Amino acid sequence: MKKQVKQNIAFGIFRGLSLIVVGILFWILGFIIYQGCGVISWEFLTTAPTEGMTAGGIFPAIVGTLCLILGSSVIAFPIGILSAVYTSEYAGNGFWIKFIRVMTNNLGGIPSIVFGLFGMALFVRTLGFGDSIIAGSFTLGLLTLPLVIRTTEEALKAIPDTFRHSSLALGATKWQTIQRIILPMAFPNIITGLILSIGRVSGETAPILFTVAAYFLPQLPHSIYDQVMALPYHLYVIAVSGTDLEATRPLAYGTALVLIVIVLIINLIASFLRKKLQKYHA
Amino acid sequence: MLETKNINFYYGSFHALKDISMVMEDHTVTAFIGPSGCGKSTFLRLFNRMNDLIADTRLEGGCLIDGQDIYQKSVDVTQLRKKVGMVFQKPNPFPKSIFENVAYGLRVDGVKDSAFIAQRVEESLKSAALWEEVKDKLKKSAFELSGGQQQRLCIARALAISPSIVLMDEPASALDPISTSKIEDLIHTLKTDYTIVIVTHNMQQAARISDKTGFFMLGELVEYNNTKKIFLNPDKEETQNYITGRFG
Repeated sequence: MKKQVKQNIAFGIFRGLSLIVVGILFWILGFIIYQGCGVISWEFLTTAPTEGMTAGGIFPAIVGTLCLILGSSVIAFPIGILSAVYTSEYAGNGFWIKFIRVMTNNLGGIPSIVFGLFGMALFVRTLGFGDSIIAGSFTLGLLTLPLVIRTTEEALKAIPDTFRHSSLALGATKWQTIQRIILPMAFPNIITGLILSIGRVSGETAPILFTVAAYFLPQLPHSIYDQVMALPYHLYVIAVSGTDLEATRPLAYGTALVLIVIVLIINLIASFLRKKLQKYHA
Repeated sequence: MLETKNINFYYGSFHALKDISMVMEDHTVTAFIGPSGCGKSTFLRLFNRMNDLIADTRLEGGCLIDGQDIYQKSVDVTQLRKKVGMVFQKPNPFPKSIFENVAYGLRVDGVKDSAFIAQRVEESLKSAALWEEVKDKLKKSAFELSGGQQQRLCIARALAISPSIVLMDEPASALDPISTSKIEDLIHTLKTDYTIVIVTHNMQQAARISDKTGFFMLGELVEYNNTKKIFLNPDKEETQNYITGRFG
């Protein structure tokens, strides 16, 4: 067979497969939009569920999910970014660092329900936070920490050493180099990792099950020690254990749509930020 | 004055520099030539301690600048590197504006006086023969400059912190002939204010710009003398073979 023909066949297969993937993605998205957009209304977005959660809105769950995104970000981002700076810029490549790296990766592979149980044992019981935003945020923060660390490490490693060397050669300290050159350069890629972790946080159900999520709680939280409703758990509840499953089916799709749109909005904000930060990277 | 006394340098168990002693006078251009892997770049990097960044290396012997051993414990490496600037092989400006690239060394040194910084930036860009080309776009990204301009920007960046010695590691090897000749002219004028040590693969370049030339081979300094002498009438046969292109 001719080389050109072989190449065309190979690329044809690749193209077909990627079309299938994108197609499935659009199918899911289209399906949810089609099923869910009927129930989206101002009332749906701004009121609490009523009639045993067969009517009304999802406002408390939206607020709850936003609280958890914010809370877990506050916990996971600084710790994750700073420890990645330490492991990739300062710590060298000794036995302990390799060990820590392997453990971080393993941590990322632990099923989220295990984080839920651990969070319940540590934050809810031992530290006495009770079922609360703070307990849920810590649990979700721990869950996404490996992701934040790994993507930040990758972002830092992607910066060529020539930039470190030329900064050091100008009399900068290592910390000045990291702070003024390396982190700003790595930031667009670090943000990508943060987006992934927000996506994960907003969709996780198992870790919040025993640490924060309320089955039905129409009033908004007053402090970080309050419970909240959350979109993924609410979705689960009205999809499988509501009082009238058939009647609430459209509400479930509407909830799913809101969840997707929230993640989408956060992604758009982040990529706007990334564009702004990239202005000097021709 | 730069001086080394019986320098031996090891990467792990690899003996990269063998018993090198030499003296480089102030306000001269010294060129290091030799085949790839001969140790000339390693030797150059001793003078601003860039080899410190490589794990598992070992240095024996004395490396002195104006009589002071720069490898003594009391020496602050960041202070040393302000005195000994470096220009790298590939132009590597920071992803900042042209102005901020040149100002960087002053800013990390804690200089806050913005009038002084602006003045130093202008002086440095003039010294690097770049001012006329960039004076109207100092706020633009350094990446908008051509490769040759970027390299002159890197030279300006190194000059801004007023070093007395400038190390250049094949500064023109990634540039086109016109940019190369600009850099060579520049090196010639910089000699009045700075002591310059340059590593180059290009023997004509070494012959054109340097006062003294050191020929390195397999980690040894084979011959070190006035550039004219090295190129016209070298003492050693290896030097003769190398500069006439019989190997390397």
